Amino acid sequence: MEKDINILAIESSCDETAAAVVKNGREVLSNVISSQIALHTLYGGVVPEIASRKHIEKINQVIEQALAEADKKLEEIDAVAVTYGPGLVGALLVGVAAAKAIAFAAKKPLVGVHHIEGHISANYIEHPELKPEFLCLVISGGHTHLVKVKDYGVYEILGRTRDDAVGEAFDKVARGIGLGYPGGPKVDKLAKEGNPDAIFFPRAHIEGAPYDFSFSGIKSAVLNHLNYCQMKQKKIVPADIAASFQQAVVDTLVSRTMRAADEFGFKRVAIAGGVASNSAIRQAMSEACEKKGLEFYYPSPIYCTDNAAMIGAAAYYEYKNGVRHGWDLNAMPNLPLGQR
Amino acid sequence: MKILAVDTSSLVASAAIADFAEDEILTAEYTTNFKKTHSQTLLPMIAEIMKTLELDGSEFDAIAVAAGPGSFTGLRIGSATAKGLGLVWDKPLISVPTIDAMAYQFYGSESLICPIMDARRSQVYTGIFTFREGTEFEVLMEQCPLALEDLCNELNARGKRVIFTGDGIPVYKEKIQEMLTVPHSFAPAHMNRQRAAAVAALGAIYMREGKSEHARDHGPEYLRVSQAERERKEKQNAESYGI
Repeated sequence: MEKDINILAIESSCDETAAAVVKNGREVLSNVISSQIALHTLYGGVVPEIASRKHIEKINQVIEQALAEADKKLEEIDAVAVTYGPGLVGALLVGVAAAKAIAFAAKKPLVGVHHIEGHISANYIEHPELKPEFLCLVISGGHTHLVKVKDYGVYEILGRTRDDAVGEAFDKVARGIGLGYPGGPKVDKLAKEGNPDAIFFPRAHIEGAPYDFSFSGIKSAVLNHLNYCQMKQKKIVPADIAASFQQAVVDTLVSRTMRAADEFGFKRVAIAGGVASNSAIRQAMSEACEKKGLEFYYPSPIYCTDNAAMIGAAAYYEYKNGVRHGWDLNAMPNLPLGQR
Repeated sequence: MKILAVDTSSLVASAAIADFAEDEILTAEYTTNFKKTHSQTLLPMIAEIMKTLELDGSEFDAIAVAAGPGSFTGLRIGSATAKGLGLVWDKPLISVPTIDAMAYQFYGSESLICPIMDARRSQVYTGIFTFREGTEFEVLMEQCPLALEDLCNELNARGKRVIFTGDGIPVYKEKIQEMLTVPHSFAPAHMNRQRAAAVAALGAIYMREGKSEHARDHGPEYLRVSQAERERKEKQNAESYGI
């Protein structure tokens, strides 16, 4: 029996200050998240400087709580992991500096983790049977990636967004129909009361790049529709707009993912990231996978949002692969997936 | 009493270790002024001096941090590093005002000591200090962001010789020379930027006065709200005046 590996993981790439202790990459001993959503709601989106200030205020408390809830002392921790990119540089730096100091002072190895790799690895937490290879659609406020997970830590990006991330499109549409920030959950909720076929919004296809996405067109189409209704003094039905917009997004995401599953012969499909909590996306992807006889995996909402447990899951496999970072580790706001 | 001190408030990254027993001794100081980020330099510098001195973290009594003002990101790197070290070693943090620590380098001076950091938006972070009777550190004007012209008027009104220090010098030297009517000089290289040794020395005084805090509670002193907060407030004020 191999020795258990306990990893203390820290995540501060955007607006959640988070720390977790994860055993053997799969078992979450604690998962503490200090959310700043209420603070950023005043500004209609994440303000980087405010996020960074909040991170430094909360960082020790969150880490101490993660250790306490896991009932682990630092001596029982095998490595310290931290998200070092991509993300907001000022926000990332707080987690990176704290993680490095803790690893140095506690004489533990340091493992830097890619934020997207964390999101993908969130699927390992509740699905002990899930192993690479599989296809993963990563959808969040900052990212839209269709990724081949070839092995632990080995990725190939098949497609990505050319403009807005899918979560950004949700936020902008939510603002347009007066729902406020954050847009994802609000659109999801309102869409349940609307007709998804009420208005046709375009599904963008990019010539020569079958797996890339574009969401700025659909966002503009929604805003144009709102302007048109106002000019013609037609009644605006926010629930129908939310449902029709969401349907267009779902169609785009599901069709790309299914096409990739077919072309590359994947038997397993996963989704990850904050937008993977969206109920319509989960349902449509689940139905599409069932139709094709594919296994479908998705994390619970708590592991979809930015969290440190997913970083601990990813870090375990990086750690096993011998990845170690030095005390000069820097935050990398544009870190490419798979780079170390 | 053994103190580890850091200053990452400006382009300078500085770490120092000092003993404050009957004799006060600076045992190590590592200061760089280079384009690399503090994220890349600070912890390797701390690791290097601790290794050289064969020190373990448990031997420190406290960690002193130049808490601000300064570059927001720089301050947070110093703070997060100190907080992480404090968490593991279970040591208190001492929050030292950046400008005060810069002035403290001029121990014994009965001239006015005036650190200036380029604060952008046509301001400097500054303060006015002296050593009364050459020994007692006195804060004549607390650190704050100030327009250069207002600072020069303040110094002219005080009518005493002034020593300037800080990275505001290369930016504002000519303007200072134009506006200042009192005798003044600019500090040489070994004392015209932040140095962690001064943070440690002032930190030791605070520590003896009981002014330390739990690592969990420490945070930078920005002396300015974020741009988003400022703009939001301006907008609200404008609306309340019906503009």
